[in-house]
Amino acid sequence: MHKHVVFNNRVLPYLLLAPQILVTLVFFFWPAGQAIYQSAYIPDPFGLSSQFVGFGNFEFLLRDRYYLASFKTTVVFSTLVTVVSMGAALWLAVMADRVIKGSSAYKTLLVWPYAVAPAVAGVLWLFMFNPNVGLVAWYLKAMGYNWNHVLNGDEAMGLVVVASAWRQISYNFLFFLAGLQAIPRSVIEAAAIDGASFARRFWTIVFPLLSPTTFFLLVVNVVYAFFETFGVIHTITGGGPQQATTILVYKVFSDGFVGQDLGSSAAQSVILLFVVGLLTVVQFRYIERKVHY
Amino acid sequence: MAKIGFSNVRKSYGPTEVIHGVDAEIADGELIVIVGPSGCGKSTLLRMVAGLETITAGEIRIGDRVVNDLEPRERDIAMVFQNYALYPHMSVFDNMAYGLKIAGVPKAEIAERVAQAAKMLELEPYLDRKPRQLSGGQRQRVAMGRAIVRKPSVFLFDEPLSNLDAKLRVQMRVEIKTLQRRLGVTSLYVTHDQVEAMTMADRIIVMNGGNAEQVGTPLAVYHKPATVFVGGFIGSPPMNFLQAARLQASGLLRKVAEVGGAAGALNTVGVRPEHLAFCSEGEAVLSGKLMIAEALGAETLAHVELDDGERMIVRIEGGREVPAAGARVHLSCTSEHLHYFGADGKRLPD
Repeated sequence: MHKHVVFNNRVLPYLLLAPQILVTLVFFFWPAGQAIYQSAYIPDPFGLSSQFVGFGNFEFLLRDRYYLASFKTTVVFSTLVTVVSMGAALWLAVMADRVIKGSSAYKTLLVWPYAVAPAVAGVLWLFMFNPNVGLVAWYLKAMGYNWNHVLNGDEAMGLVVVASAWRQISYNFLFFLAGLQAIPRSVIEAAAIDGASFARRFWTIVFPLLSPTTFFLLVVNVVYAFFETFGVIHTITGGGPQQATTILVYKVFSDGFVGQDLGSSAAQSVILLFVVGLLTVVQFRYIERKVHY
Repeated sequence: MAKIGFSNVRKSYGPTEVIHGVDAEIADGELIVIVGPSGCGKSTLLRMVAGLETITAGEIRIGDRVVNDLEPRERDIAMVFQNYALYPHMSVFDNMAYGLKIAGVPKAEIAERVAQAAKMLELEPYLDRKPRQLSGGQRQRVAMGRAIVRKPSVFLFDEPLSNLDAKLRVQMRVEIKTLQRRLGVTSLYVTHDQVEAMTMADRIIVMNGGNAEQVGTPLAVYHKPATVFVGGFIGSPPMNFLQAARLQASGLLRKVAEVGGAAGALNTVGVRPEHLAFCSEGEAVLSGKLMIAEALGAETLAHVELDDGERMIVRIEGGREVPAAGARVHLSCTSEHLHYFGADGKRLPD
């Protein structure tokens, strides 16, 4: 269904497109171009001159064990955030879908966390788990567990994962609930009559029919974990302890703006640019195919 | 194979009661059609048998078991839905095999039973296809096949033909009826189409506003409607009704007088369109003006406006000559073809 609009004025179409193109150029192409340009240089510490090194920054990065460790951290972090946020959201959506009385109240409450900014979410969780003043940390200590994410890398990772996933649960919940409600009730009733228990119906009918939603959310959540969790990590751990929670995006920031190594930071941005590109290609190829039916 | 029993079955949503106590006994192997206008509670009643709706009060029995508190899967039933409710991500074979797989039937037997059903329903070429690659009629058959392979003791049909076009509907109607005869499985069939009800049913349950107004064979329901509603709902074109109080001037009054004792309670007189005939003024029980005549070939439906303003439909054989539109016409009928109803809409004893 293509509808061709014919403009009599030759300039008007370009004028109508101009704002969007301008925004894209200024906020996407310019910084991306700048990053690619800078990735080939090493500036001096005072930013007065810079030296051309070609792919030198990339060569260095790929041999840098901290950078490779950050890759691994990112994979672990993204996997955990995605699994936790999608798993919890799916469970909540399935339960909310069964609720008849007061379902809109449940839904409203479950959507609220999405309105909380990532940095604020980070601070909330930080207060709860702060080893010195945090309420949860205090209870854990009372129960004999010495919580200290400032020293323990695994605990730090757990905390940023939970804080990042918490907010995303709301978003995933909305999509899962919409997906569940789009499944014809009679199909599920037919399965019930065919003898399938609730669990069996879920895994053989509901989950497969939900797969387009699940795949879409998978991509969105991975992208979220990769790029939008900066605020959470920055407020809770600052990438520490010992870089245990330094994901790629955080390393771009800390190497560039804390370590003042702008060349390396730019090179990392370019690598991330390719990762995003790859994820987008995967997303479009599979979502267009719609996975199941 | 099983009997089905309803005892004072009621259904409420909150304070609103939608089914007001249905009683019926269905014999083993019978095909019962539940018919009624939309919103009469017929689908709700069926879903209560299926276990998809809870039973507020009363009792439903399948075989010798009271099934009120049983899950759908424990009731040994199969259901065909209006929109077929096929599993869109499974092939036709998997759709039919799903219930058997869950029941733990051995693979070889599943394949055999599905093949058998597919042959019966002429679905063999389509076993590998997904539902979306099938036509409406084929999907309908897959839904039938899914019900058949499980060899349940009761089939439930929820308006299974309403999504098909008119021609296919007539064809599937015969197929379902034949299949049900062959398998001998007790069946409940819900429809709003009185033609389906008349042609398919061993017995009909006519529902209106949450009540079962009449339970009986198609011809019994047609010839002896228990209420004004049943008379008007079953039969096309519907039964003609006349208010007894307005009969004074017409010759019909003399006929009615022959009823004798019942005349006191009489409120409404009903007469089927085919039991009216055009006649000379002398024999007339009713007179009026011919509004329009619809020639359908085998029959002609004449719409007549009586002198007191009431409309009647007269059905006459297609070959007969029909007066011109606007002409004054006279109608006759015999008293044994009149139906008498009281003020509560119920049929008066003959």
